[in-house]
Amino acid sequence: MTKKILAYIDHFHGKVQSSSWEGLGLAAKIATDNGGEAAALILGEGVNNLTQQAFHYGADQVYLADHSILKDFRPEPLTELIAAAVREYQPDVIIFPTTTRGRTLAGMAAVDLDTGVMVDIIDLDWGGDKLTATRPIYAGKLYAKLNCSSSPEIITLRTRAFEKPEPDTGRSGTVTNLEVKLNPADLATKVLDHQEKASGVSLTDASVIVTGGRGTANNPALAPPDDLDEEGAEVWKAEKGFELIQNLADVLGAAVGASRAAVDAGYIEYDHQVGQTGKVVSPDLYIACGISGAIQHLAGMRSSKVIVAINKDPDAPIFGFARFGLVGDMHKILPPLTDGLKAYLEG
Amino acid sequence: MKIVVCVKQVPDTAATMVVENGIISWGDAPLIINPWDEFAVEAALNLAADHGGEVTALCLGKEEETEAIKHALAMGADAAVMVSDPALKGSDNVAASKVISAAITKIGEVDLVLFGQQSVDTDTGLLPVQVARLLKWPSLTLVSKFESITPAENSLQVIRSMEEGNQVVESQMPAVVSVTKDYGEPRFPSFMGIRKASKAEYPVWSLADLGIDPPSSAITWPEVKEPIENEIITELIDGDSPEEKAKNLIEKLIAEKVL
Repeated sequence: MTKKILAYIDHFHGKVQSSSWEGLGLAAKIATDNGGEAAALILGEGVNNLTQQAFHYGADQVYLADHSILKDFRPEPLTELIAAAVREYQPDVIIFPTTTRGRTLAGMAAVDLDTGVMVDIIDLDWGGDKLTATRPIYAGKLYAKLNCSSSPEIITLRTRAFEKPEPDTGRSGTVTNLEVKLNPADLATKVLDHQEKASGVSLTDASVIVTGGRGTANNPALAPPDDLDEEGAEVWKAEKGFELIQNLADVLGAAVGASRAAVDAGYIEYDHQVGQTGKVVSPDLYIACGISGAIQHLAGMRSSKVIVAINKDPDAPIFGFARFGLVGDMHKILPPLTDGLKAYLEG
Repeated sequence: MKIVVCVKQVPDTAATMVVENGIISWGDAPLIINPWDEFAVEAALNLAADHGGEVTALCLGKEEETEAIKHALAMGADAAVMVSDPALKGSDNVAASKVISAAITKIGEVDLVLFGQQSVDTDTGLLPVQVARLLKWPSLTLVSKFESITPAENSLQVIRSMEEGNQVVESQMPAVVSVTKDYGEPRFPSFMGIRKASKAEYPVWSLADLGIDPPSSAITWPEVKEPIENEIITELIDGDSPEEKAKNLIEKLIAEKVL
């Protein structure tokens, strides 16, 4: 029976990725059901203040290493400390969020601990002796159930697949400090600089996403500047289309997504791509504008709770997956939609 | 420089996947190189061209799964190695990583190992970090750019991405790197390249050739199924003007409580 669960708290310079709390919430839930206990693992520099939050989100114990060598994300020293915490705490299960860092650390820790990882899971059954996890494969075209025969069992949770708990400010617990024996000279990597990403809502965390496809470039009412060639004029038009999408996203506090076709045509950066070779998302509300709905795109967003499709072509496959379909020109519909939603949300 | 690029054969991303009697099938959809791996091959070829050296494509799979290797050779890889053994059926990521690490060790004197960021079939993204850990080499994931490589000093500098932005990292070589789509468009294989690849011969190594026992796998897949489709009833929003359509949609969204 799964009794002791360790949740890794992923953060960047002390700013926690909120899916870490989803992992800690799950750990606490399993512990409550099985009469066990949940611990949080916090590694970094200047992260002392995160221990209180971890107790509020359900940890009974916190394992902490606060050290200058851990200032920047480097997987090798972090993996050493994860292994050290596991030796001390002896958990049955370790939970990571499926962030870029969480995925890396889970994989490397599995090698050190000689066990397996169940990656990016969306469901978990902890009733038996061993966990049974469910994860999408082929970008969600199929679902696989997984078991892990070794211990500890390592899982990484898909962002937003498990509930984030309400913090309970009355909770507290014990802190165990981990000894950091690492020497900077022994490390093979050095982080020289960090380039901040332009601000904006992240696709994987977003509860609302507004996405544009090839249709963003199809506004016949626009006259591009004369000095642009055909391709330049198309991108210019698409940028105007994505401005409409950004305006709607701003009103909704939403992230901006794009189809692969739009990214490949140079309308918007790859970072925004939703689909099988982009990001897989499952927001509460997904508004697809000028997107036909290729199978690779559908694979990346079909688990969204409510899908709205706006497209000129009534035969576009996206309508088959949409809760609400609106046949029409996105360039004409988005401005009044944005204004109307703004009025509603501000009123 | 000696660069190994790991590639995998997968069903086309446009394939409809089904499960028949517990077995995953993609019908007669074509098989392709994992699309993420093309960026890794492109990076490997550019690095070899800029700094001198050779590129070897390494593939773990069934002997007849030649699509990824052929594509890498057609793009311009100098050599290829296939690792294939019936004992590898059902291997999990750790087991596969042990086999790939052993193959890299057998290839010998490798400076860089490149991977795509993940495969489009099982989507775990674990191999690059697990192979790095097994080889005790630095792991540099989600790299969009190679800033510099100094083979004489065994060092490289890359830009890698995280949720909050990019890290500029300096690392010792040998190292294991996973490459993202941001690296840049992969080249199309040339006609000559395709002809060369179709005639290319390459070794197929078994576990005995690698001198290792079949590694055990902790992860099992007791069940694979098609997702249960919640029946979606699409409601078409009508209206005489775009303004009216927008207004009607807003009313529906309010009623659906998603705002």
